[in-house]
Amino acid sequence: MWLIDSSIGRKLIMSITGTFLVLFLLFHSCMNIVVIISPTAYNAICAFLGANWYAVAGTSVLASGFVIHILYALFLTYQNKRARGAERYAVSKTQKGVDWSSQNMFVLGTVIFGFLALHMYNFWFKMQFAELTGIHTGAYDPSKGAEYVKDLFSNWIYCAVYIVWLSALWFHLTHGVWSALQTAGLNNKTWLPRVKVISNIISTIVVLMFMAIPVYYLISNCSCC
Amino acid sequence: MEKSINISLKVWRQAGPKVKGEFETYKLDNVSTDNSFLEMLDILNEGLINHRKEPIVFDHDCREGICGMCSLYINGHPHGLDGETTTCQLHMRRFKDGETITVEPWRSAAFPVIKDLMVDRGAFDKIIQAGGYVSVNTGGVPDGNAIPISKVDADEAMDAASCIGCGACAAACKNGSAMLFVAAKVSQLALLPQGRIEAAHRAKVMVAKMDELGFGNCTNTGACEAECPKAVSISHIARLNREFLSAKFKD
Ligand code: HEM
Ligand code: SF4
Ligand code: FES
Repeated sequence: MWLIDSSIGRKLIMSITGTFLVLFLLFHSCMNIVVIISPTAYNAICAFLGANWYAVAGTSVLASGFVIHILYALFLTYQNKRARGAERYAVSKTQKGVDWSSQNMFVLGTVIFGFLALHMYNFWFKMQFAELTGIHTGAYDPSKGAEYVKDLFSNWIYCAVYIVWLSALWFHLTHGVWSALQTAGLNNKTWLPRVKVISNIISTIVVLMFMAIPVYYLISNCSCC
Repeated sequence: MEKSINISLKVWRQAGPKVKGEFETYKLDNVSTDNSFLEMLDILNEGLINHRKEPIVFDHDCREGICGMCSLYINGHPHGLDGETTTCQLHMRRFKDGETITVEPWRSAAFPVIKDLMVDRGAFDKIIQAGGYVSVNTGGVPDGNAIPISKVDADEAMDAASCIGCGACAAACKNGSAMLFVAAKVSQLALLPQGRIEAAHRAKVMVAKMDELGFGNCTNTGACEAECPKAVSISHIARLNREFLSAKFKD
């Protein structure tokens, strides 16, 4: 099967799953930002999604997207290490114009994955999982999402952890978005630098929307104490 | 103006493909800054021969930047620090007095060391043999303007055709990927009417060969483009991706 056997096929899978994850993040961050604007509206969203069939179906598709992306990341990274050979350069310098993130996609991905596990425990396990199984894992009812978010981020350590996580995501995406397009065959010399700029803008929007939340709670907690 | 400098060279010495190699340091005094890097190595080798020692083996041929034979990873860069130059075009005036220069062979699983600084780049020949040619008989030379070709395509094809097959791209790539080379070879033919006919087949067989020979998966870091002595653009890689993917989707 050429999607597994050929390098470009494997890359295409990376690109499609990556793009899918980016689209999901855009959707996810748009929902999250509501918690700042209006906690009541946010609770309505939480209740609406909850553990209804469409949310569960979405979650499963999403989870498989992550699994495929990560499995292929492991596979590609292993093959690339092998292709580099056993002997390493004694002196090797990074070239001008080569982004740090582009050379550390796996490291960044691993950091993202680590925090993702924490994030799943913090939110998914205590909200959707609790509702699905009826097991009481969190202190809050899923339809009280906003109160739960506020409670979690009243701890500045959580705020800091989420901010670090989102920074790693930003680096992963600044390379990832344009790389995905290049992999899919968008070729144009004039557009290449523009696509890179667009990629930076998309990553920044996504990450800023997410980051606004811990930063908002961090600031509002600071001023009251 | 001509000057002389004293340098130390840390050179990779390896007696054969299966033998373990190691760095050896040589001191070389009074090197003229007008010497090319390869002339400097010639002088070093002459000294070694006079002392009945094994000379350092390295690849070279035209010494004017067109054949792609010269290689060498110099101070952490393939073909040295200068942009858009081959090792044979590098001069000693680019180095400082008293500098230690580290010289290594291309290191990539698909380019095994033959001896010292010489590697086997036969993998590239095999990729070309797989499909990097035009096999249709095009008959006699047609009239100059009989087949109109846009200036944009002609220029792109020329840029791709400037690849000399040196292997610096694969040597510099953290993934050991040969995509820039293969992309250049696929692009130069796919952009022109004669090569267009077999473009889909060519992309498939050349990529299959590249994968089979153990080159890595491109992650678009761009190190290849930065180190390529002919500044071949990674936009050719996107073209290769498109050629390959559309060929596969048509199947
Ligand atoms: C929110 C999560 C993530 C998003 C949105 C995301 C997005 C992307 C995108 C768009 C690409 C570019 C695909 C391409 O170049 O064709 C990519 C590549 C990659 N990702 Fe992720 N990713 C995520 C999580 C992860 C995780 C958890 C890992 C691994 C543990 C990972 C490892 C990689 C690797 C190794 C690449 C290959 C680099 C490349 O081919 O350019 N990613 N990712
Ligand atoms: S693309 Fe550039 S670096 Fe790669 S083989 Fe051709 S000339 Fe050398
Ligand atoms: S020796 Fe021919 S390109 Fe350098």
